[in-house]
This record gives sequence, structure tokens and C-alpha cells, in this order.
Amino acid sequence: MNLRSITVRRASNLTATVLMGAATFLVLLPLVIIFYHIVKMGISSINIGFFTNIPQPPGEAGGGMANGIAGSAVMIGMASLVGLPVGIFGAIYLTEYGTGRLATAIRFCADVLSGIPSIITGMVAYSLVVVPLKGFSALAGSFALSLIMVPIVLRTTEEQLKMVPATLREASLALGVPLWRTSIKVTLRSAMTGVITGVLLAIARVAGETAPLLFTALGNQFWSRKLTEPMAALPLQIFNFAISPYEDWHRLAWAGALVLVVMMFGLSLVARWLGRTKHS
Amino acid sequence: MNTTTTKKYGDRIFRAITLLFALTILIILLGMTAEMVSESLPSLRKFGWGFVTGSDWDAVQGSFAALPYLYGSVVSSILAILLATPLSVGTALFITELAPHKVGAVTASLVELLAAIPSVIYGLWGILVMTPWLQSTVEPFLIKYFGFLPFFRGAPYGVSMLAAVFILMIMIVPIITSITKEVLMAVPSSQKEAAVALGATRWEMIRIAVLPYGRSGILGAVILGLGRAIGETMAVTMVIGNTPQMSLSLLSPGYTMPSVIANEFAETTTKLHASALMEIGLILLVVTLFINFMARMLLWSVTRKWKGGVA
Repeated sequence: MNLRSITVRRASNLTATVLMGAATFLVLLPLVIIFYHIVKMGISSINIGFFTNIPQPPGEAGGGMANGIAGSAVMIGMASLVGLPVGIFGAIYLTEYGTGRLATAIRFCADVLSGIPSIITGMVAYSLVVVPLKGFSALAGSFALSLIMVPIVLRTTEEQLKMVPATLREASLALGVPLWRTSIKVTLRSAMTGVITGVLLAIARVAGETAPLLFTALGNQFWSRKLTEPMAALPLQIFNFAISPYEDWHRLAWAGALVLVVMMFGLSLVARWLGRTKHS
Repeated sequence: MNTTTTKKYGDRIFRAITLLFALTILIILLGMTAEMVSESLPSLRKFGWGFVTGSDWDAVQGSFAALPYLYGSVVSSILAILLATPLSVGTALFITELAPHKVGAVTASLVELLAAIPSVIYGLWGILVMTPWLQSTVEPFLIKYFGFLPFFRGAPYGVSMLAAVFILMIMIVPIITSITKEVLMAVPSSQKEAAVALGATRWEMIRIAVLPYGRSGILGAVILGLGRAIGETMAVTMVIGNTPQMSLSLLSPGYTMPSVIANEFAETTTKLHASALMEIGLILLVVTLFINFMARMLLWSVTRKWKGGVA
């Protein structure tokens, strides 16, 4: 290090400190502003009708996003039915047998896969489900969402399973319990809260996905009766109403954003709370 | 004897089933790539290299070339990364080195919160709040005082490349920050204590002990942020203006690869049009695969080094 006077060194230390503080301020500022706007614009349009009505044409008061909320719930539910078991059992493989090259490759691919733009998942779901079924459908939307879920659930579950003490599993194995029963009854069960935390976070992440639904579920102004019909979803409605020129629809979009954000943060709060009680 | 054999079979079946589920990851990755390649073939065959060098996108005439979309993606992502990196590293340093423990923890969870906001909500805020503000305040200011530069010429539209850069910056900062934070937290405290013991100020300690140690991890975080920026769809589509042109001016509207897919893919009329969009998707896939591969390699090598390294 060069010998500079202590004044210069102190000055550069102060400058760096101020700059770090300023960076943090600039990073957190948008959070405050965005939340302020979502709450301010959203709260005035939230009422019972928002959760029971379907959207109205612009100019007519009292529309809601009931079909979007229901559609999101249905598609997330169906995606979870497929995505969660695949992710969780895949994670069990990685914890029980995951020492070789194949396991490393699977971990690496899961990390890479979660970085692929979700719109590409939508395109793949389009050509694998929409084209053969000859139409946009809730099924295609769920398929796309489940593809996004699998790598997230796999990695978070594996992290949780790895934290189960080896002594617990060894005790079970020493009593003559087969590995597969030990895996499910001991390892998975003792990591259960952590696994549920991971699952909730994955659901929260998928709930906000819009791009993979654009040309799979497509969206629907009305209620869908069948899973083979286009289906509304909350994020899709927010998108379509935000880019529309109508004030009424903008208001609905803000209200939808508020509901989506509250729902997602509710999920991650529950997840964090579960995670915390386990450690204490 | 009988129980031992059933035990063996049970374990074998269990292993096979879990392996099958784990392999799903590889199947998804390979299947997606194969599907994108095969759907792009008509466009690949017809246009060849012209697809990435030309700028004519005409669904009626059936001629497709994607340079303006590539340009828009590259420019918006690179500029967003340039703005986001110093902010993110500064914030990560604030959390790990500067702030008292509790303040750092609160800041970190606020950053996580920012990362959890869905893209479509950034877009909603971007189109209804940020772009009107850009149009009324920021862009006239830039035109007035920096209008002599080619980057700030033209009329203030609000929806513009500048808007896309801003919204991308806001969106990738939390990702880069939280990974950089993880990287910095893994710097051994012995190194930092040694620097402080030699009389270094806090900034000197950061410069000689923290940053060199975290360099490749931070690079990994930045590359990961770049991948996210290139693939970002909804928010950018809502604020960039969706005009396929290549203008030096950041005030004019642009278009990106994910945006054109989002806008046109549901309403393609010809097979060729769909295939051309698939080829854009394929380019996007290859680029993001490469970027994520690089980033994960960097981050994995860093974390592994720490696990076995000096303590």
C-alpha cells in the first residue's frame, strides 16, 4: 500500500461510506415509492365486489377480478399437483444417492433451468399442449407453471433435507428400517416445516408469473367452465388492464396488484414464520 | 430371509422412482431445447444468417429478420447492468460491512421483498407512474441540458429505451445485491481482521481484503443479473414502446426479443411467422443458457473454494 497522509485516507474512507449509504438509499427508494402507489391506488378499488364480480366493460362501475383470482388458484393448484411431488422426490434422490456425477449434473441443470426466461417455458407449453389440443387452455397454463415450479422446489427441498442430522437417519437404519422408509418417515418428516416453507415460496413465485400464461391460458373475460377452455389469471388481468387506455381498468389493475402483492407477501410471511419456529 | 429381500426390492424401487423424478430436470432442459430447435427449423432454413443481420420484420410479406430486437435486448440489458452493478455492490457492502447487525438484516429483507415483486407489477407501476414522470420531468431535462449528445435527441415520449433501462435496473438490483451479499458474507473474518489490525481504514479493509476475495462471486452475481435482464418480459414490454427500430437516442421507443414474442406469438397467422418467433425464442434460450452456465460455474467454484479453504 502506498503511504498517503492520514487525512487523504480518512477522506476516502468517508467518501466510500457516504457512497455506500447513498447506494442503499437509492436501492430502497423504489420499493417505498412502488408500495406507496400500489396501496394508495389499489385500496380505493377494493371492496366485496372486487372478489365476487368479473370485469365490467370500461365505463361501467363495479367490476372485479373474481375469475382471475379463481383462475390463478385453479392453475397454481394443478401445477402443484404435478410440480411438487416431482420436485420433492427428486430432492430425496439427491439427498439419499446424490454423490455421483449424475447428481451434480442434475443440481447444476436445476440452477440453470431456474434462470431461463419464463416466456420460453410458455412457448414450449404452447407447442406441446396448445397445438395438440387445438386451443388455449387452463391445462396448458398449468403445465407451463409446473415446469417453472420443479427446479425451485427441488433445490429448496434438498437444502432442507440436507439439514436433517445424520444421526437421526443412522438410528433409524440401525434399527433395521429400510432406507426408503427411513427417507420418508424420518428424513422427510423431520424436515417437513422446511419443505413446506420451500413449497410456499415456490407457489408465491409462480403466482406472479405472467409471461408463461400469455399464450397458454390466454386469459378470459368471463368464467371458464372447463379446463380445456382459456382461463383468466390475476397477473394476466393486471397486464391487460394496465396497458388498456381506460381509467376504470387501470383502477382494477391497481387493485389486482394490491391483492397479488398482499397474497404473495402473506405466503412468504407464513413461510418465514414456519422456518423461524423450527430453528428456535 | 424373506424380509431382507423385500427390503432390498423396496429400496431398489424407491431408488428408481426418485431417480426418475430427479431426471425430470434433465428431461425438461433437453426437451425444451429440442422443442425450440425443431420449431425454429422452418425459419432457420429460410432465412439463415440473414435472420440476425437484417431488420425487416413483415408478417404480411412473410419476411423476418430480428436485428432490432437483438439490439434492443442488448442495449437495454447492458445499460441496466452498468447502472445496477455499483448500486448493488454498494448496498451489499452496506449490509455486510457498514451497517449495525440489525439494520443490515432489515435492509437485506427489504431487498428480498423488492426481489419478490412480480414483473407485471413493476410493469404496471412503470407504465402508469414512471413513464408519465419520465415524459414530464426527466426527458425534457435531458433534452434541454444534454440534447447535444446523440443519446438524448428527439421528443419525450415517456415509453422509451430509457424507461426500459430504468425498470430493468430497479428489477435486477435486488438479485445482484442478495447474491453479492451472500458472497461477501463468506469472506473469512481473519482476512478482514488482519487488514484492520495493520491499521487499514474500513474502506481500505474492504478494498484489500473483501473485494479481491469476492471478485469472482460478484462477477457471477452480475452475470446472473444480466441473464435476468435479457429474459425479462412483462415489465419491459409495458414501458419500451414496442417499435422495432435501432436508434442511438435513449428517448426513442425500442423493442426487445421477449417483448416481440409476448406481443405477437398468440396471434400468428402463418407457420413461418410462428417459426420466426420461435427462432427468437431459441436465440434467447441459447444466450440465457450460456449466461446462466457461466454465472453458476463462477458461483459454484467460489462456494466450493470457501468450504475447503482457510478458516
